Amino acid sequence: MQRYIFSRLIQSVCILFGVLSIVFFMMQMTGDPVSLLLSRHATPQEVEALREELGFNRPIAIQFTSFISKAIVGDFGKSFRHQLPAMDLILERLPATVELASTALLISLILGIPLGLISGSNPGSFWDLMSRGTGLLGQTIPNFWLALILILVFSVNLGWFPSFGRDTWTFMGMTLPTRSVILPAFSLSLFTMGQLIRFTRSAVLEIRSEDYVRTAYSKGIADRKVYIRHILRNASIPLISIVGVQFGYLLSGSIYIETIFSWPGLGNLLAESIGNRDFALVQAIAFFSSFVVVALNLLTDIAYGLADPRIRYE
Amino acid sequence: MRKILEVKDLVTRFYTFDGVVHALSGVSFDLYKGETLGIVGESGSGKSVTMMSLLHLLPSPPAKIENGQALYYGDADDKPDTNNKPDADNKPIDLLKLNKSGIRKIRGGKIGFIFQDALSALNPVMTIGRQIGETLIEHLGMSVQQAKTRTIEMLEYVGIPEPQRRFSSYPHQFSGGMRQRTMIALAIACNPKIIIADEPTTALDVTVQAQIIELVQRLKKEMNMSVIWITHDLGVVAGMADRVVVMYAGAPVEIAPVDELYYNPGHPYTIKLLGALPKIGEKESLRLESIDGTPPDLLSPPAHCQFAWRCSHVQEKCWKIVPEQKEISSGHYAACLFDFADKTPIPPLM
Repeated sequence: MQRYIFSRLIQSVCILFGVLSIVFFMMQMTGDPVSLLLSRHATPQEVEALREELGFNRPIAIQFTSFISKAIVGDFGKSFRHQLPAMDLILERLPATVELASTALLISLILGIPLGLISGSNPGSFWDLMSRGTGLLGQTIPNFWLALILILVFSVNLGWFPSFGRDTWTFMGMTLPTRSVILPAFSLSLFTMGQLIRFTRSAVLEIRSEDYVRTAYSKGIADRKVYIRHILRNASIPLISIVGVQFGYLLSGSIYIETIFSWPGLGNLLAESIGNRDFALVQAIAFFSSFVVVALNLLTDIAYGLADPRIRYE
Repeated sequence: MRKILEVKDLVTRFYTFDGVVHALSGVSFDLYKGETLGIVGESGSGKSVTMMSLLHLLPSPPAKIENGQALYYGDADDKPDTNNKPDADNKPIDLLKLNKSGIRKIRGGKIGFIFQDALSALNPVMTIGRQIGETLIEHLGMSVQQAKTRTIEMLEYVGIPEPQRRFSSYPHQFSGGMRQRTMIALAIACNPKIIIADEPTTALDVTVQAQIIELVQRLKKEMNMSVIWITHDLGVVAGMADRVVVMYAGAPVEIAPVDELYYNPGHPYTIKLLGALPKIGEKESLRLESIDGTPPDLLSPPAHCQFAWRCSHVQEKCWKIVPEQKEISSGHYAACLFDFADKTPIPPLM
């Protein structure tokens, strides 16, 4: 197991280095940030002076090494717009995104896995039809459209939930979510939920006809126990990877959903910084998102090893 | 000898998109206490379907048991004052009429099942110990600790070295033979009256195969069980079975004591099967005998002898009637219109 984790760790570090390089060179290609910082009437001398000051006149290789060596310690420079370190801005927005992503994941797990299980264990039934329909809708309805409809129905007409913003309340020193998270989280959860329904269904369908399930029945144990101990346990192995990957995407922030609900999270910050061509901030967010995805993939791999004893020894 | 299981006219069909598959068309046989009953036949002849029908293990749909009885007399043992007279006041249980919870008590508790490929038949993500313990907890109401003690005993009993350590191993860490031993430990854990072994040695090499056969024979004697041994290996059957059922196209064509079957076969299919066995001492260059043709399509089985196409003794009336099983000598039944056992020459193909 240690060797397994170690090799995955090395892979993750290599991926992150690759991501850093891509982030750096992509931003280089989008144009000169200095032109955005100065007014259109700036003289060539002024432009040159700023380039000198910000270090953009140095050779690419030097800029790159300096970028990498700072990035390793989390220093992505100051945001041009906010005049604050980029990492600080990210960390400030992070709690909101974590709250949104975790709630969305929770909703999709609570709805997706039971629906997939019902569907897979009664193929062709009415409930199967309903679950599959829900799964298909979840994956095909654009979430920004659904978000608008939800606002219209539940905020404007019924007034049950706020239509935008994030409210929190503090209890024993902890910042806790309020109902303001429900609408954005639900809109965000839909795609993952649809995926979970479909994957759970097909995993259950496949595992139901495995020989060891027949063995479990031949031992005379109750159907419920066969489902929980033998079918669901084995079905959870493919599901772990989906949950891991999806949570990674959810955590890097949804631009649409956060913008529609004015949710003060990473997605919102990213949309804003791209508009401002805020180099340092975009680089920092891009790297941070990749870091989250890679870290979650690593955790997924480890969880995989825990759930499936056959992987541990390979 | 006393009957422990009596299967009468079992009919199982599969309702598929292509039509109705007549998987079993009237299977009848008896199993006696303490005997080993060999069931032979080619793939698709209904050997496994018969056994799975008895324990309601076939997925339904598509499978449906349309007719038949499977009378289980095993409980006579549990009541002390019956004096080996099962019919007296011990009503047998019809396995086919049991409801879900009824059949669950039989599965694993009274009838243990050993499956063919132990690697796929054991749950890959559950330890060996838990898989065996699960059935003990279910049937004998043991606590987790009691189940563990008993499981370790069972593992030792079936010849797994270091059972203490092996208790928490996973199936993929075992060798093929050890997995099959585990499967056997699982099947016999609750002291069942009957063991159904569905080709348990097919995936194993010959030496391991012999060990497994020996193990089952030993357990049968020590635990006083009856064994149904499904195989397509006539050699294995000859070595271990007391009686043999030969299945063809979803029905038994011959049932006989093992010696009688080998020395005096009563059905042309059995004769051909025995003819197809390679013989020691035969010239190597000699081609192996084979039976021409294929088994009938069970989607639309004909209303005559199922073997007629492939039979070298086929007569006109073979194409008109489905032959009934008849007793040709004591305890020897064959489903053929002609009596092959009496050695009167039967005219060859028209």
